[in-house]
Amino acid sequence: MSDKRARRIAGLAVVTLAVAFGAAAIGWAQTNEPGTSLDPQNFGQIQRGQYLTLAGDCASCHTVPGSGQAFAGGRSIETPFGVVVGANITPDRETGIGGWSDAQFLTALREGRGHKGELLYPAMPYPYYTKVTVSDALAIRAYLNTVKPVRNAVVSNKLPFPFDVREGMAGWNALYFRSGEFKPNATKSTEWNRGAYLVEGLGHCGACHTPKTALGGDDQAHAFQGYALQGWFAPNITNDSQRGLGGWSVDDIVAYLKNGHNATSAATGIMAEEISLSSSRMTDADLKAIATYLKDLPGQTTSPPAPVSPSSPAMTAGGAIYADECQACHGGDGKGVPYLFPSLAASPNVRSADPTSLIRVLLEGARSVATAGEPTSPGMPSFAWKLSDDQAAAVLTYIRNAWGSSAPAVETRQVSEERASMARSGR
Amino acid sequence: MDNATGAERLNLQLRRRELLGSVAFLLIGGTAVGRAQSLPWQPDAGSPPPAIGKEPWDFFEPGEAAAVEALVDRLIPPDPDTPGGKDAGCAVYIDRQLAGPYGRQAGLYLSPPFIKGTKEQGPQDPDGPAVQYRKALAALDQYCRKEKGGPFASLSDADKDAIIGDLESGAAKLDGADGQTFFRLLLQNVREGFFADPIYGGNRDMCGWRMIGYPGARYDYREWVDRHNERYPHPPVSFTGRADWNTHKT
Amino acid sequence: MARKLPSKDVAIIGLGWTGSILAEELTGEGLDVIAIERGPWRDAPTDFPTTYAQDELRYRIRHDLFLRPEQTTFTFRNKINQQALPIRSWGAFMPMNGVGGGGVHWNGETWRFLPSDFVLKTHLTQRYGASFLPEDMTIQDYGVTYDDLEPHYDRFEYLCGTSGAAGNLKGQILEGGNPFEGPRARPYPNPPQAQPFSHTLFAKAARDLGYKPFPQPSGNMSQAYVNPLGVRLGPCTYCGFCEWFGCGNYSKASPQTTILPVLVRKSNFSYRTECEVTRINVDGSRKRATGVTFVDTSGEEWEQPADLVILAAFTPFNVQLLLLSGIGKPYDPVANEGVIGRNFTHQTISDVIGFFDKDKFIFNPFISSGSIGMCIDEFNGDNFDHGRLDFVGGGYMGQVQTNGRPIETNLVPPGTPAWGAKWKSAVRDNYLSTVIPGTGVHGSFYSYRDVYLDLDPLYKDRLGRPLMRMTIDFHDNELKQNAFLTDKFAEIIKAMGAREVVKQARTGPYDVTKYQTTHLCGGAIMGTDPSTSALNRYLQSWDVPNLFVMGASAFPQNAGYNPTGTVGALAYWSAQAIRSQYLKNPGPLVHV
Repeated sequence: MSDKRARRIAGLAVVTLAVAFGAAAIGWAQTNEPGTSLDPQNFGQIQRGQYLTLAGDCASCHTVPGSGQAFAGGRSIETPFGVVVGANITPDRETGIGGWSDAQFLTALREGRGHKGELLYPAMPYPYYTKVTVSDALAIRAYLNTVKPVRNAVVSNKLPFPFDVREGMAGWNALYFRSGEFKPNATKSTEWNRGAYLVEGLGHCGACHTPKTALGGDDQAHAFQGYALQGWFAPNITNDSQRGLGGWSVDDIVAYLKNGHNATSAATGIMAEEISLSSSRMTDADLKAIATYLKDLPGQTTSPPAPVSPSSPAMTAGGAIYADECQACHGGDGKGVPYLFPSLAASPNVRSADPTSLIRVLLEGARSVATAGEPTSPGMPSFAWKLSDDQAAAVLTYIRNAWGSSAPAVETRQVSEERASMARSGR
Repeated sequence: MDNATGAERLNLQLRRRELLGSVAFLLIGGTAVGRAQSLPWQPDAGSPPPAIGKEPWDFFEPGEAAAVEALVDRLIPPDPDTPGGKDAGCAVYIDRQLAGPYGRQAGLYLSPPFIKGTKEQGPQDPDGPAVQYRKALAALDQYCRKEKGGPFASLSDADKDAIIGDLESGAAKLDGADGQTFFRLLLQNVREGFFADPIYGGNRDMCGWRMIGYPGARYDYREWVDRHNERYPHPPVSFTGRADWNTHKT
Repeated sequence: MARKLPSKDVAIIGLGWTGSILAEELTGEGLDVIAIERGPWRDAPTDFPTTYAQDELRYRIRHDLFLRPEQTTFTFRNKINQQALPIRSWGAFMPMNGVGGGGVHWNGETWRFLPSDFVLKTHLTQRYGASFLPEDMTIQDYGVTYDDLEPHYDRFEYLCGTSGAAGNLKGQILEGGNPFEGPRARPYPNPPQAQPFSHTLFAKAARDLGYKPFPQPSGNMSQAYVNPLGVRLGPCTYCGFCEWFGCGNYSKASPQTTILPVLVRKSNFSYRTECEVTRINVDGSRKRATGVTFVDTSGEEWEQPADLVILAAFTPFNVQLLLLSGIGKPYDPVANEGVIGRNFTHQTISDVIGFFDKDKFIFNPFISSGSIGMCIDEFNGDNFDHGRLDFVGGGYMGQVQTNGRPIETNLVPPGTPAWGAKWKSAVRDNYLSTVIPGTGVHGSFYSYRDVYLDLDPLYKDRLGRPLMRMTIDFHDNELKQNAFLTDKFAEIIKAMGAREVVKQARTGPYDVTKYQTTHLCGGAIMGTDPSTSALNRYLQSWDVPNLFVMGASAFPQNAGYNPTGTVGALAYWSAQAIRSQYLKNPGPLVHV
């Protein structure tokens, strides 16, 4: 077990004990705004709700892939503290949410409290969904009422002690949960505000892209600057020129979210699933709004780091490996082939502070996402059998520091550790 | 690595996909089989060539190994610039091939009856290369002892070459094997061993490739297509790389 | 007892080029389509990635991507009075297995037949007289014309991103292309590939001799390309591991790189791999197919009912399935009756090796692609006057060397010993300066009464079914054609500046151990007369109107070109007939 995880467990245990008694003192808001009731005859509301479940990517946690049982729950979600299983949110009365009132649904979605009053785990991203308007939340409810009821009793809480004690979430909420609907920023455009609403709310992008504190809450000071989870590094999506979206236009971001590919980059891993289930099905206007918002998040890099010296052993070895093994797809100039083989020269992901994704893709290969707009989904081979840890580190250092880029070298031990960790997770 | 020989592992890996296919099919009835929304893939996909292992012989008995090493070293003799067949690892290559699916004719049509036909109809032999080598080497050993007084490996180079020449021409009549057929098989295997990727045991340090100026397992020559009549300057690379891939030069 | 599956609109046997094209077309009509493929799934990242695709031993020498003869093979004899024996290990041709079929391992050579090739019997008879043709030659007209197929050639070329230089654009002859080709409506979708040194040198020598060389039309991309289905291909990197190998970087046209990414996303398409179709089922009238029966890897039998059956397997397997299903009258060469199995053909290939001065010529043969090359077409088909010659037919010729893979490419000048120090130094001295075109002369193979396919009486496959038996030999016509062409080819090789030229003309008998392309054709031929053809001009079975049979098995004779371009065009032509005519009114499309 890593140091970080041990610290987290210890920290959470302390907080659990300290605030267990305070749990009751923390109430939860009940919203009951007038004029936002459900009307099963209102097809427009149902349609809007369906769209919003796509925007919120509810299926990614609540639908087991390939099962054909939409929203029936049963999908395991890896958290830093253990496994939580997505609940059945079909209208089944016994095993789904068919028996819940609308108010209970709103509370679960936006306040993180289940219909029996139990505290939910933020694997269900209520800290983000709290920003969703009541009207949108009710639309989601209206749509979910129409999906096929599935009998599937799910036990969500599979966490180890002490995390399986839900009351412990009270302390966490005290630190990290700020209840409240999204408030538009009057100084920004309508488009920016729509983007903010989506990114900070339903889109819950920060769940993956914002680094976490030891207790698993968002490190708001570094919002959207990247986070390592489930064996990947979700990159920096601020407008940072080095490691974020600084080199991408709004159109580049829209193309990526819609098609999974733009001229320089391709989505794989967890983001491939997000695009497949969610953003590829959103409107161009909404994607543009998201892009507008992201481009407005200020970058952090004032001056790029000095590149690793081209004559260093890692760069010379890495350059030889690159010419022999990588060039046939990614090109001698690192620019790849637009929409087919990602550009390494122009990739913020390549320059990430945390090279976890790079190491993983190099070792186990990758298949990029297929969408209607870009169906080709080319795959990268696995190099695990071909390159030693030293060689892998060298070629990754090379791609991070060639062609005018600069980023910290990848160390041999980082590759060894990740290889070992991949083996432990059965990959 | 585990105890399976490289060739066995290759065989297993090649079968694995077949297994996955049949298992997927058996999930019939409920889900739509093969109604995939995406092209099949999994991490660490593929079946790369396995490394062959460093122990001496998987197939050859010591006497056979000595004979084969001597044979390959006359078929491709050493010279100051390039190793011969023995130091290039050709005998090791042949050993591993015979120990694996190639040796036992895996994948070929082996249903009887075996009827000898015309040359144009191709080999009709129930014996795969492994059996052929075993029989031919035994027969060759007997022949050498009778004709030259000792096993093949103990003979002078001149005597070795004379015997190989007789195998090639058919003048050498072996008891229990056809000398010419064996010669052709051996020659083919030696050339394979000399020029295949070193991961298979021969072409050690890519010596065969260096000899002819072949760059090996490369995949991108776009910058060189139009450079007519120019020597390609880069060293060869094999599946396990080349010296320049290492930060610590040994 | 076969278990019955839910019915489908269309069952396609084989998911290679024609299976994929028909699946794409028919799912586009909203039909529920299932494709049943005998072999495994195949794709670049899972089967031939750039990390180990370039393995000569594994793929070229040990045939790793191909069908295992153990699974099924054919028997072979030259003449009717011989006993056919099994092809225990492939030699003369390499049948593919798996999704993508031959489209995975092919070179990418994408030719169109000549207009005269489609009306060969009529054309040659008119020009030279019926008695000019050998008595036992059984060539026929196809029943379609080049003009019928032109839009479909175009479609296939744009699907594939074929790289080439047009020679005849709507009747206008263009410099740099093939002046003999039939007129095309549009240029090629991609410019020609770059040509390495020896190929360029060949073109210069050919030009100096008065010929009109042009780049071979190539299914290897000269640049990144997105095809009309929205699928993207990358630029070919001239790696020299093309034919016999899968392409690792998405730069060779194949079903995987042009159709499958879009096809598998369709909810009305499904496919099964590792399932071998053993029979096309017909009803009591024997005029209607009811579906197919197939076997999975556990040996279980399944019945897949379907309203329309598309037979899209490789040539001999198409014929075998028709025979085993009792569809169409089997061909009897002695009685000269029947159609299933007749007009079986291959290709007439030869080569000329050029040894050059190593101090003056560095060819770098390893820099190449499957479909590279500079060719001339002056001696193809009836492009030249055969009046004073003693044969008909011809082929293209060119420096089309695809590789410098060393296990294969270690030729030494005649007289050099086959082993020893002299051999070694000769290999070293000649490797970089030898021209080995490979299929340098690529000639036609016309059809004959005694060259045919039928079921073997003795040997069986692992399921107990009779193997397909090939009775095939060269006739004088092809050997003379080849001798003539090889001489012409040798002149050009010599004119390149070779110090020594070695002609390797094709000689008989047909040898099943020597590789001579995988262009097996015929056996289930198309035509206008049901007594001499199995299919009508739309590739529809004369006997079973809801069965269409794709592929080169439809060729009544083989022309002097690689067949895939014409196979693709015929598939699109047939698909169009199915969509616009058959589906509206199922039944025979041609009435005689």
